[in-house]
Parts: sequence; C-alpha cells; structure tokens
Amino acid sequence: MIDVVRLTRQFGDFKAVDDLSLSVAAGEILVLLGTSGCGKTTTLRMMNRLVEPDSGTVSIDGKDIQQQSAPDLRRRIGYVIQDGGLFPHYTVAEAIATVPKLLGWNLDDIDRRTRELIAKLQLPDSSLNRYPAELSGGQRQRVGLARALAARPPVVLMDEPFGALDPFTRRHVRRELFGLSELSETTVVLVTHDVSEALELADRIALMDKGRIVQIDTPDNLLANPVNDFVRDFLDDKPRPLHG
Amino acid sequence: MTDFFTFVRDHADQLFRQTLTHIGLTFVSLLLALLIGVPTGIFIARHTRLASTTLGVAGVLQTIPSVALLGFLIPVLGIGIGPALVALFLYALLPIIRNTYVGITEVSPSVKDAARGVGMTENQILTKVELPLALPVLFAGVRTATVINVGVATLAAYVAAGGLGEFIFGGIALSNTSMILAGAIPAALLAVGFDASLAWLQRQSGRRMRVGGLVFVGLLPVLSGFALLSRSGDKLVAGFAHEFYGRADGYPGLQQTYGLRLTPKLIDQNLMYEAIRRGQVDLISGYSTDGRIKAFDLLVLTDDRHAFPPYDAAPVVRQAALDRYPELGPALDKLAGRLTDSVMTTLNYEADYRKQAPEAVARLFLQRAGLYKTPTPGDRAQTVVMGSKVFTEQYILAEIYRQLIEGQTNLRVVTKTGLGGTQICFDALRTGAIDFYPEYTGTGLLVILQPPAHVLKALPMQADSVYSFVKKRFAVNYQLRWEKPLGFSNSYALMMRRQQAHELGIRSISDLVRYLKK
Repeated sequence: MIDVVRLTRQFGDFKAVDDLSLSVAAGEILVLLGTSGCGKTTTLRMMNRLVEPDSGTVSIDGKDIQQQSAPDLRRRIGYVIQDGGLFPHYTVAEAIATVPKLLGWNLDDIDRRTRELIAKLQLPDSSLNRYPAELSGGQRQRVGLARALAARPPVVLMDEPFGALDPFTRRHVRRELFGLSELSETTVVLVTHDVSEALELADRIALMDKGRIVQIDTPDNLLANPVNDFVRDFLDDKPRPLHG
Repeated sequence: MTDFFTFVRDHADQLFRQTLTHIGLTFVSLLLALLIGVPTGIFIARHTRLASTTLGVAGVLQTIPSVALLGFLIPVLGIGIGPALVALFLYALLPIIRNTYVGITEVSPSVKDAARGVGMTENQILTKVELPLALPVLFAGVRTATVINVGVATLAAYVAAGGLGEFIFGGIALSNTSMILAGAIPAALLAVGFDASLAWLQRQSGRRMRVGGLVFVGLLPVLSGFALLSRSGDKLVAGFAHEFYGRADGYPGLQQTYGLRLTPKLIDQNLMYEAIRRGQVDLISGYSTDGRIKAFDLLVLTDDRHAFPPYDAAPVVRQAALDRYPELGPALDKLAGRLTDSVMTTLNYEADYRKQAPEAVARLFLQRAGLYKTPTPGDRAQTVVMGSKVFTEQYILAEIYRQLIEGQTNLRVVTKTGLGGTQICFDALRTGAIDFYPEYTGTGLLVILQPPAHVLKALPMQADSVYSFVKKRFAVNYQLRWEKPLGFSNSYALMMRRQQAHELGIRSISDLVRYLKK
C-alpha cells in the first residue's frame, strides 16, 4: 500500500531522516516508535507531503506521491494530530464535513456520513453544534478522528494522536477507537513515543533512532528477538503489562 | 442650554447634512483602508520579512499630526473631499494592516498544520481558517480606525470637505458655544455609537460575527455614499471662511443687503486663497488688503450697497500719552491717507510672498513716501510703547510707526507686537501698558463699543460716519483718541479671479447677484 524508498531529509546540519525505506501493507497498522528527534514525525509528514524529502520516494498504491498535487493527495489521506488539530471556529458537524466538502460531496451524503460517524464514535447528537472549546479532550480526539475518516480514506496518518490525553483517558479512547470497524479496513501509520501504546496497537512496529529504522517487526518478534541492546532497553524500559 | 437647543432646531437641516457627510467621509476612507490594508496585512503575514518595514511606514503616517497631514496634501490634491479622504485613509491604514497581520500570524501553527494536512489549498487555508480566526482581531482594528476617523473627519471642514467640523470650527471662530456643541456632540455620539456597535459585533461568536461582518462590509458603500451628498448646484462655487459664514457682518449681511443666495463650501481662511487660485472655488471671502490678492491676481468686488462695515485703519492713542509727548500726534498724522488699499496690499504682498522683513518693507515705504529720516543720534529719555496684533499687516504698520516716530521725534519707541486679539490690545491700551496701536473702525464699533441694535441700524455703514462715531465714543468713554485714518480699509471683501470676473462682466457684488440669478 505504502512504499517508502531511501527517504532522506535534512534540516540544516541535522539529518532528521537518513536513507529510510519501509513498506506498509493494506489494512496494516504500522507504528513508528522512538524518542523525540528520532525522525518518526518527519517520516510520517513526508507521506502526505507536509514535509518534502531531499531524496527518496514515497508511493501509495504504486503511485509516486510527488507526481500528485499535494492538496489532492492529502484529501485522500486521513490526518490526525495531537488534540485533534480542530479549527476553533468550526462546530463538530463542520469539522467532520471538512474533507467531504473539499471533495465536493453533496449535502445529503455529508449529513448521512456525519451522523454515521458520531454514532460510531459515541459522540452525543447534541455535540454537532458545539465548538471544540466546549468539548472534553477525549471528545476532541474522537472528532479529530471522525474528521480524518469522514471521506473514507484508504490511508490514515496519526501523529501522537493521544498525546494530549491523561493516561487513563488515553487508554480508554484508543481501545474504543481502534475497536472501530472503520479502522479495520484502513491502512494506518501511527507515530508515538509510548511503548505500551505501540505494543497494544501495532501490527508491526518500526523502532527508530537517529533517522534510521533500528528494527521493524511484529511486537512479539521485537520482544522475543531484539536485534541489539538499544531495542531491548527501549522496550524493557516500561514496567507495564504487555498486550499482544 | 436652551441656546443650544434653539441652535440645533434652527439648523436641523444643516446638521443632518453635515452628519451624513461626516459618516460618509468616515466610511469611504475606512472602505479604502480595508481594500488596501487587508491585502497588505495578508501579504506581510505571508512575507514576514517585510512586516516590520510596512508596519513602520504605516506607523509613521499615523504620527503625523492631522492638520500637518492636510497641509502636506493640499499642494498635491487641492481642497475638498480629496485631501480629507486621503488623510483619513492614511490614519485608518495602520490599525487595519496591523490587526490583519497580527490576527493571521496569531493563528496557532497546529491549526494551520491541520488545515494543510486535511488537504486545503493555500487560498482555502486563508479564507476558511486564517481570516475567520483573525476576524475578531481585524474587527478590533476596524473599531480603532472608525473611532479615529470620526474624530479626524472633523478636520475635513478645514479643507471644504464638510462634516460636523463646520459647526465646530465655525463655533470656535465666532466664540459661539452652542455652535461648537452642535458639531461636537453629534461627532462624539457617532464615535461612541460606532464603537459600541462594532464592539457588540466583535463579541458575537463564530457564524454570527461573520454574518455581521458581511453585513457591515455590505453597508460600507451605502454609508460611503453620504460623502457625495454635499454637492453645490451654484453657477459659481463659493468658498467662505467659517467666521465669515457665521458673523452678522459677513455672509448673513450679504444675504440681507443683496439677497445673495449661495451654498458655500466652508474652508479654513488661509486655504481659501489657494483654493481660488487653483480654480477649485470661484468666489471667496477675504480681507481687502491681503497680499494674496495681488499675488494671485484676484479682483475685489465692489461693495456697492455697503453690506460690509468699513474697517478703516487708524492709530488709537491714549489721550494722556498725546498730552505728555506733544510731538507724537503730529508725527502719527503724517501717515494720514498715505496708505491706500493698493499700497497696503502691496506691502502685505512684499512681506508675505516676497518674504521681506517687515522692517525692510516699512523702510522702503517711508523712503518712497518721503517720510524717512535717519534718527538723530543721542540719548532718548522718553519712551512710547506701541502694541500690535498678530498678523503681517500689523507687524508692518508697527515697523512703519517705529521708524517714523524715531525719525521725526526724539522719542524712543518700544514695540509690543503679538498682543493677540482686539480685546487684549484694547485692555493693554486702557491700563496704560501700551500708548497706542493701529485699530480698524469696524472692529472698534462691533467688537469694542458693541452699540445696541437700534443704534447700529441708524448708523450708515460708510467710512466717515463709522469713523466719527467711534472717534466720539472712544474719546468720551475711554479717553482714547482715534488719529486720522491711514487711508486703507481692511474690511471683509468678496473676491474672484480677475480673469473670470472680467469674462463674466462682474465688478461689484450687485453684478454677482445679477449673474447668479440669470
């Protein structure tokens, strides 16, 4: 589904992403895991051209994304960021309708899709006319996800989507969201620095350091066969019960 | 207070028209400032390197005092609505550019990132995200600009652009408090009203504010249209000073005596001459000995039915000083009749336009008149003190008297120039702070003596009758003596460009009235 080939990006003297390659299969959830500054967010942002690579290519469905207009590309890729990234002046209904409107859907379809999503995401009907400032953190995150999923994109990119939530709410919301049938068909690339989140959600984890992938594998294999001490230490560091 | 209400009731039409013009001026300039300022603000928000320079330039414009700004603009744009609008536009520019810029740059980077991430184009980010979020800040800028403009628009009356300043400046010129208030109170109410309604709009959330903003923008051209209301339909465009327009012996006197009917533009009296020179007005009020009459080749229309009281110049002297210095009176009288209108106009012209020092102008005049004598050397024990008001003509007269007296007598002359207005000179004279100063008969009559209406009515407004009237009254009431008149009369006058007057066959005010009625 997504093929990243020898991607490099430098900011000044700092090599954020260094000759990185990976592929993500359709329907897979790939987690980019690592410390801050390891290049995971830059890698993610090069997948929807919010950052342009110095060299290397990204293809989605076999098509080089550099050959497509950036806004068109992004409308076909869901994008979720910390705290939802909601526009303060858009109501929940307007937020969810953002991408369908950009794509020129008719109003009935938009309305139907909006109601479907808030039902699935367990947002109250009354929230449709609320502004983000009137929502709880967990609700904002759900609206952010609803906005990303509204146009049924085959690919969703998530950048620390639960970073603004307290640990309890975070676990609760992410279990709920990732239990959605909406996401089961979708290819997801998720960036986090939270090991337990990665272990819980990922089909595969790419553990990154200094702009490179140190090891990419399923959570079980990573735990069982770490390639070096860095991987072992990173995964061991969190004294939390593990999930499959 | 009843005076005020009476004034407002009597001038309701005028007040209404001025208020509309005032609103029009405020909003035309605001509209222009929005059209230029918002794109500029957006541009510098995109190219932040240019921001500090742009805001700096707009900020400097803001610091230019409004009267000075109008002064700069008049040589370029003349008088009328042009310079007023440009000045108002420049004042409104800074708050609008700055607030657009601040509003856009303060939109949180994560919101802009999200907008880009969901697939908005740069234009969509601007129109759907940045501008709506910048709107409250932009609105605050519009509010500031509106309030500034309502205030500055009063100055439009200086340049014949109308507005509530007409009453304010007219009232100041005439010391008429009701008139000042009739302009000032509506202006203040406009400022407060616009401020409050924009503040209300600013408090509205999201959609309502955007709708309100659109309604406001839609109303702008309508409000702006008011600026065009004050069009004069006269065959000749008159530009009168505020004081002339209001004073009983000015325009109202003309209306009464000649039946003159005009819709004059009101304008600062120093700008009037410039306006007629440039052909922006065809007829102005002025003073008959102003140097600009010569400089701009204007024709003073003959006041054939004596609507304007005569303002013959003559020295007013304390009787005590005449008694103490017997040579003083004869010396002063040597000038009698020597300074005719055209001579005085020329002297004013030399000083005002040729930038000659009053001292040099005075010496040249005395030499040509054969009255100049080099003062005899030696101690001068006795001193006379002379006063003068604060304008060119009086400075020249003061110099002429000083050189004349010091040449003809052994008196020493001390000059106290710059004694402000008539009342100050007169009080100085009565208390003995000065011994004499040049005064005008009309001023002595209307400002100092202020005889009751029936006395004024019975008095023919002719040079000699007014002179003998003030001479008699001053002697009896104040022990002050009017010496012989100098020969010129600095009275109100209507004037036109000589060439136009010639083409239209107008020489007197009666000719003018006949022409206008044709």
